[in-house]
Amino acid sequence: MKIHIKGGHLIDPAQDIDAPTDLYIAAGKVVALGDAPDGFHANRVLDATGRIVAPGLIDLCARLREPGLEYRATLESEMAAAVAGGITSLACPPDTDPVLDEPGLVEMLKHRARMLNLAHVYPHGALTMGLKGQRLTEMGELFDAGCIAFSQANVPVADTQVLFRAMQYAATFGYTVWLQPTDLHLSSDGVAHEGEVAARLGLTGIPILAETLAIGQMLQLARATGCRLHLARISSRAGLMLIDQARLDGLKVSCDVAIHSLHLCDVDIGYFDPQCRTIPPLRAQFDREALRAALADGRIDALCSDHTPVDDDAKQVPFAEAEPGTTGLELLLPLTLSWAREMHLPLPLALARITSDAARVLGLDAGHLRIGSAADVCIFDPDAPVMISRATLRSQGRNTPFIGRELLGKVCATLVSGQVVYETPANDKTAR
Amino acid sequence: MSLPDAEHLLVVLADQIRPRVGADTALVGLHTGGVWLAQRLHALLGLMQPAGSLDVSFYRDDYAKRGLARDTRSSSLPFEVEGRHLILVDDVLHTGRTVRAALNELFDYGRPLRVELAVLVDRGGRELPVAPTYCAATLDLPPGQRVKLAQDGDTLSLRLTGS
Amino acid sequence: MARNPQLNRHGELQHLLTTEGLPRDVITRILDTAEPFTVVAEREVKKLPLLRGKSVFNLFFENSTRTRTTFEIAAKRLSADVINLNISTSSTNKGETLLDTVDNLAAMQADMFVVRHASSGAPYLIAQHLEATGRDHIHVINAGDGRHAHPTQGLLDMYTIRHYKRDFTQLSVAVVGDILHSRVARSQIHALTTLGVPDLRAIAPKTLLPADIDRLGCRVFHDMAEGLRGVDVVMMLRLQNERMQGSLLPSPQEYFKFFGLTQEKLALAKPDAIVLHPGPMNRGVEIDSAVADGRQAVILPQVTFGIAVRMAVMAMLGSVEA
Repeated sequence: MKIHIKGGHLIDPAQDIDAPTDLYIAAGKVVALGDAPDGFHANRVLDATGRIVAPGLIDLCARLREPGLEYRATLESEMAAAVAGGITSLACPPDTDPVLDEPGLVEMLKHRARMLNLAHVYPHGALTMGLKGQRLTEMGELFDAGCIAFSQANVPVADTQVLFRAMQYAATFGYTVWLQPTDLHLSSDGVAHEGEVAARLGLTGIPILAETLAIGQMLQLARATGCRLHLARISSRAGLMLIDQARLDGLKVSCDVAIHSLHLCDVDIGYFDPQCRTIPPLRAQFDREALRAALADGRIDALCSDHTPVDDDAKQVPFAEAEPGTTGLELLLPLTLSWAREMHLPLPLALARITSDAARVLGLDAGHLRIGSAADVCIFDPDAPVMISRATLRSQGRNTPFIGRELLGKVCATLVSGQVVYETPANDKTAR
Repeated sequence: MSLPDAEHLLVVLADQIRPRVGADTALVGLHTGGVWLAQRLHALLGLMQPAGSLDVSFYRDDYAKRGLARDTRSSSLPFEVEGRHLILVDDVLHTGRTVRAALNELFDYGRPLRVELAVLVDRGGRELPVAPTYCAATLDLPPGQRVKLAQDGDTLSLRLTGS
Repeated sequence: MARNPQLNRHGELQHLLTTEGLPRDVITRILDTAEPFTVVAEREVKKLPLLRGKSVFNLFFENSTRTRTTFEIAAKRLSADVINLNISTSSTNKGETLLDTVDNLAAMQADMFVVRHASSGAPYLIAQHLEATGRDHIHVINAGDGRHAHPTQGLLDMYTIRHYKRDFTQLSVAVVGDILHSRVARSQIHALTTLGVPDLRAIAPKTLLPADIDRLGCRVFHDMAEGLRGVDVVMMLRLQNERMQGSLLPSPQEYFKFFGLTQEKLALAKPDAIVLHPGPMNRGVEIDSAVADGRQAVILPQVTFGIAVRMAVMAMLGSVEA
């Protein structure tokens, strides 16, 4: 299959390309940019006139709910949602049921994902058995089965000794450990950012201290063990400052932020909107501003959807009882674009945070369109409106505070390894 | 149209009531005009019992439609209702619904011996089988028109309101 | 953000969910309306026909005999039919969700839900669900949700203060005790600030104060002597048994020593200061018996006024169209 993507505006942050450029694909790989290679006869020409052609998006954290939580979502529904959102690679945390702590489960997941032939799936193995924070998993075996890093998802490790050793062990093999920094005890009953909103609504607060204490501890453990650390879902300005300081001191550490943390803050909880219940909680407005700025200047490496499909039954309950999480795969691109627009950032910089930078964090050779690389492509119209509604979301999770909002940035087509895996009906430009 | 003089009607009403007054008689004015009248009648008749007052807002049959009146006041019956001769006093008798509400409220205080009704003006338009025991004047008013008592200093007067 | 869900399109009270954001004239109107209801209790027949033929459902997802009784008396004095449901012990154990329960009861032609729930915001969820399903003729009264609000308690406290002190705009008021966990405190604080109290103080150890409490309009004190000096009103809060010793407080004895209201401490307030307590009291923990039974305590009048205020709220809601 040979594809010619014609007339589009190519943005490839990794190669510093931001110009009208045609793209030529053969045998699943990019074969040429600009001019067609000699003797190239396209089987299919995709007209991308007036659109942006970019590397497929890479999502650092998306819950697919397999195995075990298929009533919430299935691999089919979530992978369809991913490619509809322009995402061609995604990492998934190990908080499935059962937890991804055995090689067989990882192999099964990889196999199922391959059969679907949509986005590439990169599982994170559990750092401890059952995420219980007691016994190490067989990290080596899990790595061989396809895990690209090890994580505790959102479950803090209570026992510092265990965390210390888990990081030592991971460092032995050079594996990266992903931790979502939250102190177990300071967050135990908490459901919202500790501040005025929680005080008014009578919701148990999670202080920023829960994040800064954990970051401080994790940074010191990383330094002591030599383990490569990725801090997931930073939520506060104070947390960012600790990471800045550690980097000044020479520690190599990466971090990410969830897309909803860039757009929402605790005030958005309004009258107890359970859709705004997240882990970590939506923080104060000045935290959100700090996160937006830090992502722009690269102190936060990458942006992720933190996609967490939750069924309606688990959300139509009082705020504190609601399952945390928001659906995000189909919102990642438009919300990234609105962040960029509001911050007056160039499009290539914004796209880097969900392509090349995300690939770097994951240690993948992806997120770019160099000649010879896998043709994972996202073609989108940055100015076309998309209405976020329960009816149009492909994910089985309709849980997002953005329902009913119109955002800009519509995915027109998604290619994974040179295959068109998603396109808007007839990829019709008049549909704009 | 010209309205009769309320001060004159007050004297007429007092004259009607006077022969029937006993030691046990008490006046009960209905808010707002009726309370003013009851106080004046009380002085004119030289009654022993203090006058009571009723705000029938809580007993109105149009509560569900119109809601609670904004300025509902406490009812006050500063005497034992049981076995007493009571005269309800109101400025204008129209549909009869206020009187019904007042009777209902009164009986929640006890069982009076006899209840009579004194009004300054009967303007017709009854929707319930209610008739005044004492009435100083009758007026024939078109349905949309309303008449009510006003108090200016110590002087009472009748005024037309509405369309 | 969505419209304040307790007011309808005309700004009238549709549900009573919190005192926060309740316009001053609505609060005043509730207090004014309650006044004539206090008289009803002294009559031969303690009943008014306002809610005749209406069904009031007491939905208590958290047990509270005392609160449920006051609502029951208020509803019955208005001639409503009252149905009491202790749901903590029935349907939720069978896996029925909160909204399933609400749907079921709504189908039984309920006119009013009085809701008590351990989770903050539960009555909002119910009100929003009723609105979303086109049944907003059913009114919701919050009878206490988690740590969030207990608006009828807050309003009856306002009634009590007004009864004794008349003008809110000249008052110094201290709220004392476990403000962190108290829905009563939040409802009091919002109502007091709306009614224009110029000097509002919160007195508690740091472990019993929520973050940013000062943003709600309180001055914070950790010392009773300092905080009570010159106040007109002392509003005591109940300290739950399970919080008396542990990581929040070392012991009830130490709490009493530093934050319990005694005659000596009360002497620092104005000589005519009144003392309120939402009940039930822990004598010797947050309040000394000498104060609780003393001449400055208005704790029993609070209970009496509470019935009238709840009648007023129900009567006002009962006449509001959706």
